[in-house]
Amino acid sequence: MEDKLVIRGIEFESRLWVGTGKYRDFEETKKAVEASGADVVTVAVRRVNITDRNSDNLFDYIDPKKYKILPNTAGCYTVEDALRYSRLAREAGISDLIKLEVIGDEKTLFPDTMGLLKATEILAKEGFIVFPYTNDDPVMAKRLEDAGAAAVMPLGAPIGSGLGIRNPYNLRIIIETAVKVPVIVDAGVGTASDAAIAMELGCDAVLVNTGIAGAKDPLSMASAMKHAVIAGRLACRAGRIQRKLYATASSPIEGML
Amino acid sequence: MRLKINGEIREVLNAFTVKELLSELKIESGRVAVEVNLTVIRKADHENCRLNEGDAVEIVNFVGGGEDGGQTRNQGH
Repeated sequence: MEDKLVIRGIEFESRLWVGTGKYRDFEETKKAVEASGADVVTVAVRRVNITDRNSDNLFDYIDPKKYKILPNTAGCYTVEDALRYSRLAREAGISDLIKLEVIGDEKTLFPDTMGLLKATEILAKEGFIVFPYTNDDPVMAKRLEDAGAAAVMPLGAPIGSGLGIRNPYNLRIIIETAVKVPVIVDAGVGTASDAAIAMELGCDAVLVNTGIAGAKDPLSMASAMKHAVIAGRLACRAGRIQRKLYATASSPIEGML
Repeated sequence: MRLKINGEIREVLNAFTVKELLSELKIESGRVAVEVNLTVIRKADHENCRLNEGDAVEIVNFVGGGEDGGQTRNQGH
């Protein structure tokens, strides 16, 4: 059965999206991305090293013709900075995709949702395809959709925390009633079961970086995440049984001795 | 001419436009974005964008980054 994720006319082959930060080197990044089966990779925008021109470039390992490059505004704490990084990212890249982050707190890296909303509105008007990283707040998700977000990216838990999906009930509300745009869980996924839970809840995709890059064996974890996302998606579409407190026999009573 | 490039004051010899600056720094224009005094300069305008003494130039590219932009350790920065 065809079950492709399509956002603003862009077809995505994989529902697992991966970050490219925190790997030991570019070789490991490349292998992990391949093992994950992801066709979307996030990247950050940073100054070129103008004194050492011989340093490796990420795109020597991650072919931008093969992958959809999703630049982020990670590290931006103000609307102005997020806009500046977004515009630079569009100029450095080849698409209007932007994973918008406006961080509000250094310790938790929780989003500044008021700044996020403002930046989403401005960038959407400038023709960007905006993927805002937001809190697991259904009302804010709706506001972001209204402001022109192409999808919403609520957190499962703080970035890099590996705490998993801490508020599955809010995520369900975001998915089922708050928004019509795709919902992609961003941040907090620590292991394969976390990714599966996000997908079983009905999320359209999951973005993982630290959960893979920080694992003892990133390549195995990348593969585990890939399978978990596929399994979670299938389970969601299959429709799980109701939870019940007491047992229901699955073998017939008839014909018993 | 002195320019502030990526936060550092540098003397450039034969760079009077963005295009010439990238070529003097041996940077391929394809994978970078350039900003002069907080304005993004489109690639098509690199040739016509003149640089003046004291201009603040930022030259950026994509690096490994995830949810939080945690950079790949071995990228020569």
